[in-house]
Amino acid sequence: MSEFSILLPSLLNGITTGALYALVALGLTLIYGVLHIINFAHGSLLMLALYGVYFLAAGFGIDPYQALLVMPASMFAVGYLLQRFIIGKASHGRDENILLVTLGLSIVIENLAIFFFRSDTRIVDTPWSFETVEFLGAFLPVPKVIAFFGALATAAALWALMTRTDLGRAIRAVAKERKGARLVGIDVDHVFAMSFGIGIACLGIAACLLMPSYYVTPQVGHGFVLIAFTIVVLGGMGSFVGALIGGLIIGVVESLGGLFLGESLGQIGIFAIFILILLFRPTGLLGHKV
Amino acid sequence: MANKRKTNGLTKRNFMAAAGATALVTGVSGFPAVLRAQPASIKVGLIHPVTGFIAFSGTQCREGGLLAIEDINAAGGIKSMGGAKLEPVLADSQGKPEIGAAEVAKMVEGGIDGIVAGYSSAISLATTQEAAKSNTPHVVDVGVSDKIVQRDLKNTFRFGPGYGVIAKFAVDNLDKINKAAGSPAKTAMIIHEESLFGTGTAGLLQKELPNIGIEVVEVIKHANPTRDFTNIVLQIKAKNPDIVIPANYFNEYVLLARTMRQQKVQPKGIYSVLGGAASSYKFVKEFPEAANYIMDCNHWFNPKSDIAQKRKAEAEAMGLIYTYEVFLTYNAVAFLADAIERAGSTDKDAVIAALGNSTWDKHGMPYGPTKIVGGQNQGAQPVNTQVLDGDIEVIFPEEFASAAPVFPMPS
Repeated sequence: MSEFSILLPSLLNGITTGALYALVALGLTLIYGVLHIINFAHGSLLMLALYGVYFLAAGFGIDPYQALLVMPASMFAVGYLLQRFIIGKASHGRDENILLVTLGLSIVIENLAIFFFRSDTRIVDTPWSFETVEFLGAFLPVPKVIAFFGALATAAALWALMTRTDLGRAIRAVAKERKGARLVGIDVDHVFAMSFGIGIACLGIAACLLMPSYYVTPQVGHGFVLIAFTIVVLGGMGSFVGALIGGLIIGVVESLGGLFLGESLGQIGIFAIFILILLFRPTGLLGHKV
Repeated sequence: MANKRKTNGLTKRNFMAAAGATALVTGVSGFPAVLRAQPASIKVGLIHPVTGFIAFSGTQCREGGLLAIEDINAAGGIKSMGGAKLEPVLADSQGKPEIGAAEVAKMVEGGIDGIVAGYSSAISLATTQEAAKSNTPHVVDVGVSDKIVQRDLKNTFRFGPGYGVIAKFAVDNLDKINKAAGSPAKTAMIIHEESLFGTGTAGLLQKELPNIGIEVVEVIKHANPTRDFTNIVLQIKAKNPDIVIPANYFNEYVLLARTMRQQKVQPKGIYSVLGGAASSYKFVKEFPEAANYIMDCNHWFNPKSDIAQKRKAEAEAMGLIYTYEVFLTYNAVAFLADAIERAGSTDKDAVIAALGNSTWDKHGMPYGPTKIVGGQNQGAQPVNTQVLDGDIEVIFPEEFASAAPVFPMPS
């Protein structure tokens, strides 16, 4: 069976693809997992970040990895302003309102993208887009290897931020007990906006690492957002290490599922995991019971 | 509640009364006399997936249709109807057949005179069926499933070829190309997308290829969108076929070709059938190395036609990428307009009859004058193209060829 001869390359491919998924999910686990904001605009904001990377490359010749100096900060600003002035104000603190506001935002952002950028598929071609490194007989694309280490670094940075900084403590305090946090002098609205901004800044990082091996269209976020939610639930709400492990698991399941069940059916593994985890371990792999 | 809604203190009833009175006054007064002298415009519905996973192709279709309407109106409109102008009515099917059908129903209620839709086979099946309920003339622009014209729907016409013709043409010409090179290709792998177009095309190829001595070693179906093609390319690598035959949409095609290059997979030939990107100037321009030597059997204009070259130049001057979606939808609209011109009215039966006996030849395609049997243009055929030195050349049929095929692919 030829499937077995390519098992290892397929597994490695799953791990590197999973790292890309984890990058998208890391921001979501902060927004959805910690603050319980169901951000349906996550995919649209990823699309916006990908366009940012594309236009920096096409317009100014800025390499997607050089764009790492600009995009996370820009996306942080977008996220902060969105939460502070649109999502926070329009939702009046009610979860169902947040859901509708972010859904509305995603529709608006996507249609604005169609209007301004058209539906063309845009790709950034770099001299190393087709470069590979040989590892255990598999050709691993250089952009995916870089994305893998990028995901590890981002997860570590987020973990450090949440556990070792005052901002991290404030975010956790707001997530656990909003009124109590306010009583001890924490500016809850600011912390919410900071958290949302950091979550969206992660999309800026993801876009810079994703663009060299992928493309952008106004609809590109759809393919990632459901997977990102699955990863957050699988890894455990609010767990960055969990999101990383969850992303890698999903990548491997998708890859091996595609190999053994066919590329169309292979995707069902992802959602089977989603259902199983909700049934048997609703807190996720590394989540804590509330 | 809607019945409580007011507009600046004006009740809905007062507003409607005022609006009605204004309409009555302007309608009977001398002021709009000039307007009334104008022939009524002819409403042409353009339904395409301008959002969703095939939005790029849908947008290209829409641009082609709008360009045709612009050209026809600039040339004096429908002369047999006093120069009546075509009025585009746009709708987005979002890539979903049921939404395409719903848009047809809305257009019919709004008094549409003819419809051009729907890019994908599945959407075209739904839109033609819905249009048939009201006997509304419907020209399919791109949808290639043969089922579209096999349901005996009197309102349904297709200007371009179906995948039965395309698959036969593709196999016959692959046989010629292979034999001319000393028959180096003995095995093939088909990679196709999962909808009607991909599965239908793959099914026909799987049946026909053994007849020319090419064994199909594997058929892989993939979803739309597919985010990563590494697994599929690893399977290609393991099976090591002489020829890889992709049948998929633009984005997936680009990812597949890029991944093949990345994984250093180089078969003797990549021979697409209706390959979404292989006959795309955008793909060739953006990935000249990945695109080089790829052959495709696809819709294409006659490179020796002045009409085709003029339209291509016109479209490119407007910043459009001249893909098959653009010129097929352009021609679908122009084919419908020619029928309305000859019918001299928008009476649905008259337009359908005119479409049925059409002998239109101003299309710049390698088809000859239109000859419709059962809604299908009998002369419609694809051509074989190959990417050579950064350009798309026609390699078959010989009478339209601009270059000779290069096969096997040089390493």
